[in-house]
Amino acid sequence: MSDIVEKTLTALPGLFLQNQSVGGPAGVKASFSSRLGGLVRGITALTSKHEEEKLIQQELSNLKATVSAPATTLKMMKECMVRLIYCEMLGYDASFGYIHAIKLAQQGNLLEKRVGYLAVSLFLHENHELLLLLVNTVVKDLQSTNLVEVCMALTIVSQIFPREMIPAVLPLIEDKLQHSKEIIRRKAVLALYKFHLIAPNQVQHIHIKFRKALCDRDVGVMAASLHIYFRMIKENPSGYKDLTGSFVTILKQVVGGKLPVDFNYHSVPAPWLQIQLLRILGLLGKDDQRTSELMYDVLDESLRRAELNHNVTYGLKALTYVIQQDPTLALQHQMTIIECLDHPDPIIKRETLELLYRITNAQNITVIVQKMLEYLHQSKEEYIIVNLVGKIAELAEKYAPDNAWFIQTMNAVFSVGGDVMHPDIPNNFMRLLAEGFDDETEDQQLRLYAVQSYLTLLDVENVFYPQKFLQVMSWVLGEYYYLLDKDTPEEVLTKLYKLLMNASVSSETKAWLIAAVTKLTSQAHSSNIVERLIQEFTISLDTCMRQHAFELKHLRENVELMKSLLPVDKSCEDMVVDASLSFLDGFVAEELSQGAAPYKPHHQRQEEKLSQEKVLNFEPYGLSFSSSGFTGRQSPAGISLGSDISGNSAETGLKETNGLKLEGIKKLWGKEGYLPKKEGKTGDETEAPPVPQESIIMETVDQTLIKKDQCQVLTQSKEEKEKQLLASSLFVGLGSESTVNLLGKADTVSHKFRRKSKIKETKSGETTSAHNRTCFHFSSSSNATYEDDYYLDTLQDRGDKELNKLSLNSGLLDSESLTELPSVEKLSSCKLSSSPSLFTDNSMEGFQPSQSTALSVANETSLAASLLEETSEHMHSDLVEVCHNETISLSSFKIWKDDCLFMVWSVSNKSGLELESADLEIAPAENFKITEQPGCRLPIIEAESIKTFQYSVQVEKPFTEGNLSGFINYQMMDTHSVQLEFSVNLSLLDFIRPLKISTENFGKLWLSFANDVKQNIKVSESQAALPSALKTLQQKLRLHVVEIIGNEGLLACQLLPSIPCLLHFRVHGDVLALWFRSSCSTLPDCLLYQCQKVMEGS
Amino acid sequence: MQFMLLFSRQGKLRLQKWYVPLSDKEKKKITRELVQTVLARKPKMCSFLEWRDLKIVYKRYASLYFCCAIEDQDNELITLEIIHRYVELLDKYFGSVCELDIIFNFEKAYFILDEFLLGGEVQETSKKNVLKAIEQADLLQEVDAKSTHKTNDGRYKFSCT
Repeated sequence: MSDIVEKTLTALPGLFLQNQSVGGPAGVKASFSSRLGGLVRGITALTSKHEEEKLIQQELSNLKATVSAPATTLKMMKECMVRLIYCEMLGYDASFGYIHAIKLAQQGNLLEKRVGYLAVSLFLHENHELLLLLVNTVVKDLQSTNLVEVCMALTIVSQIFPREMIPAVLPLIEDKLQHSKEIIRRKAVLALYKFHLIAPNQVQHIHIKFRKALCDRDVGVMAASLHIYFRMIKENPSGYKDLTGSFVTILKQVVGGKLPVDFNYHSVPAPWLQIQLLRILGLLGKDDQRTSELMYDVLDESLRRAELNHNVTYGLKALTYVIQQDPTLALQHQMTIIECLDHPDPIIKRETLELLYRITNAQNITVIVQKMLEYLHQSKEEYIIVNLVGKIAELAEKYAPDNAWFIQTMNAVFSVGGDVMHPDIPNNFMRLLAEGFDDETEDQQLRLYAVQSYLTLLDVENVFYPQKFLQVMSWVLGEYYYLLDKDTPEEVLTKLYKLLMNASVSSETKAWLIAAVTKLTSQAHSSNIVERLIQEFTISLDTCMRQHAFELKHLRENVELMKSLLPVDKSCEDMVVDASLSFLDGFVAEELSQGAAPYKPHHQRQEEKLSQEKVLNFEPYGLSFSSSGFTGRQSPAGISLGSDISGNSAETGLKETNGLKLEGIKKLWGKEGYLPKKEGKTGDETEAPPVPQESIIMETVDQTLIKKDQCQVLTQSKEEKEKQLLASSLFVGLGSESTVNLLGKADTVSHKFRRKSKIKETKSGETTSAHNRTCFHFSSSSNATYEDDYYLDTLQDRGDKELNKLSLNSGLLDSESLTELPSVEKLSSCKLSSSPSLFTDNSMEGFQPSQSTALSVANETSLAASLLEETSEHMHSDLVEVCHNETISLSSFKIWKDDCLFMVWSVSNKSGLELESADLEIAPAENFKITEQPGCRLPIIEAESIKTFQYSVQVEKPFTEGNLSGFINYQMMDTHSVQLEFSVNLSLLDFIRPLKISTENFGKLWLSFANDVKQNIKVSESQAALPSALKTLQQKLRLHVVEIIGNEGLLACQLLPSIPCLLHFRVHGDVLALWFRSSCSTLPDCLLYQCQKVMEGS
Repeated sequence: MQFMLLFSRQGKLRLQKWYVPLSDKEKKKITRELVQTVLARKPKMCSFLEWRDLKIVYKRYASLYFCCAIEDQDNELITLEIIHRYVELLDKYFGSVCELDIIFNFEKAYFILDEFLLGGEVQETSKKNVLKAIEQADLLQEVDAKSTHKTNDGRYKFSCT
């Protein structure tokens, strides 16, 4: 203890020495100065939280009195501030001191000011209203001749500064970029970086000065400027390509050890700088071969010099990324991965599971899912559970080896994931059960197994299942209980009734439960339980339940209606509903004839109500009926129904049931839990533990691997053997033999639970449909190539010029179609009758007025020629006038360049006078990055001439509709200036470009994307054929056709600059099944919207 | 970087620096949760964890935990070195620094941090330059006190665990 005290004393040198030196009145101050020490020691001595609270509250009230007392000196104030900071760090409110912190920064001497600024930076955040009071102080200090004061002001500005006050300090800080002291320059750069983050528009004009900072002779200043460049380049990589060389040179110098030695960090030269530069180069080189080539040398050099770091998670992460490229690589590291799986650190375990998830296939699924479930049962964090549950469900659906395993795994998912999991999981599960696969017998078995399993689960007393799980159970039991072939559903009704009476069941779940009861009642209407239930709930306080109960009651009185309303196993059928309620026509007519008011639709009533405001609202508030499936027999999941899935005769299903083994189910939730036990269909694999069983399978798949393993096994301990065994079961199927065809996996693997696409093949080709089940098989069969040729033929046959002009394959462009520019003709005929001048041969960059009208025809062609020169490799839109007055006319068109959208505005001066200081400005728009092209700013527009302004536009994130607005102003000789406003619509499609990739890459990408959207859209008969649908997609959406297989197509595109999106589509009859996937979560939705629009439009 | 926290083995917060605007309530919640999570981890476990949508990088020096939160695209390893460089700076300034130095002179620890990291980004990586800036400011205010700071012997009291 004594050495702690000693240490304490030496650690307080400043405070003590100061007070000793002051003397005299220091007696008073000394008590203040040592107060922090006293406070800290006092707190340390306390034993309970309660005592601490008392002490601090006491301290705070003392402080409050002191800081507001007029006699308190600034020196004392500084000490108080330190203690306030300390109290706040301990979690107590010291907000009364905030204003005093600002005062201290304002009035104190250097010493006090420093603490004042520190307190402000710790107490306040950048939106705090008190911060405005600091602005004046900052301005004053920035102008100070004392370097330390300037430094302090710059430091606070870089941390917190109110955005709206930036203009007050900006010029001062800009000046500091030229300061002689490097520390001031460095802090100024960082302050501007902060401004760039919170208000990028305000610092746009100083970009040039940043370049100077980048070339600063001081390393610190240069390094600070990299933060700004990193942000700016991230936002607009194409704007800074010219700096690539500079960054490469800097990196070369850093790597080559040219910096001062004190920038070394443990003999690595400036690692932070290196990382920052590498990140910047990464941004610049992305999707740009030419720029990348500049970097290869230095990257190679950096790599060689970098020492490899061995942190296990990091290695695993890297491996996870690598494996996405090539799963077989995991084989080399299998033992390491196994080690990590048993690592005591849950973080490492989780990373390992992530890796395993990537290499899962039909052969190792049971082991991997088992590992995942083990982890799941240990973890409590919601985020992890949601994430893992989703993965398990996905894997189970893809690779489940058999029915029992699948249902049991999903049971585990629902029990653990409960109400936090993604709603798609139960929805997909129910859809899968409802739609089934190609084999009806299998389907019925799966459904039956689910029913049995749920009945068993509901038998267990005192177990609470999550609401979502109960909902799934009620739906399945309601739909498929009949498969059990019992005379009456009394047993299950009892169970459902018990749940309905359970207080812990939510009312949403109750709606599902009563829906199930209703379905079951239609199969056996004389049930005491139903009677009781109706009695119970027709007087329920829950309006929704009461409604359901009444519906049930009335349906029971009309058995015929009930049966037709709730047919058995028709959940995938469309119900014919007379939406117009025509059967009421007679009633309505009668009422009307008796003087009843005609029906007004809701919106009309609403409008009328609004027009007579301040009238009492006599309308009842809308009842919130649960939307869960009572009215129809549809799944509550809202399946969109493919009408051609025929209902299977119940009999076939029942026959199958008889043969199914029922034993062993009771143990489902026993000690073994849901451990995958084969319920041997063949009967010979009884109760074999999963590991050895898996290794048997493995043997057949990867002989070489097991041989290698066997050699090792001989020399290894038993424990090692177990690990080896586990390894072999985990990594089975990754060998060279079964190179993973990422989309379809190897075709030999049977996909039990791959969902059948909603529109089935016509039954005619029953044999081939087995192949089609794995809906993406990429074996380029002759069939596919045939289709391809056919498609091309039809394209050429049509010889459609419009198509050619828009087609993305520049190879298809023929010059004839391009010379025809209707828009230009239109323009010249209606608007430019007096001004024949057009673009000159120097394409877009500049223009010269034409001299005489006689040249008009020639010029017109030269415009076409020059336009074409520029645009022949890019597609472009028609020229559209956006605004005009008697003097000028402004038109614009879009050029869809490969890397951006290029907007050209052309101003034509219709008057005979010169226009001065003509300027076109585009307002900054959220989500769009607009860059003016150099060389298009000419202050004067001569009489009867045309001038163009060019901008490149980039988009930040997907959107559906966008708009660019701006204005053009000009001055005519001796008159005031005129301003004209305009706006131009942007569509997402302006930023969509074809993505030319191979089928193989498509497959890889497809699997790596997590965001998908599926939708069926109906198209008109004429479009229904594959070629015409393809044509529309290719032309209007600019998708690249990757491959066509039968009636399915694979297309790919990217949102500029480089967000890929893939589309799989399938045509059947007049329905188009679209399936988008992308790395971006919103892009698929936006694209789907566009797709629907073009399909409806054409 | 989103924020940096220093806390003791007993879970007492010693220093907090927030580079993103958050309400006091959120700050307290985050601090409590993170301190708990990190303290529960065993010595052999790795220094990184994923937490909410952030990555947490932490390292223990003697009785003190240094803990940084970074975004997904940031590099964990270089962040670990940021922590270490900060400890080196503290050590050089205080002369074999220990937890008590930071408790009793936390404002100094803040000053050093502000010279090293500014607005969540690395400001200056040269040890010499950071200390020079601090000493310049100190020089003006504590002429007497400075001599005690100068006696550093370069030893680490914080040993890497």
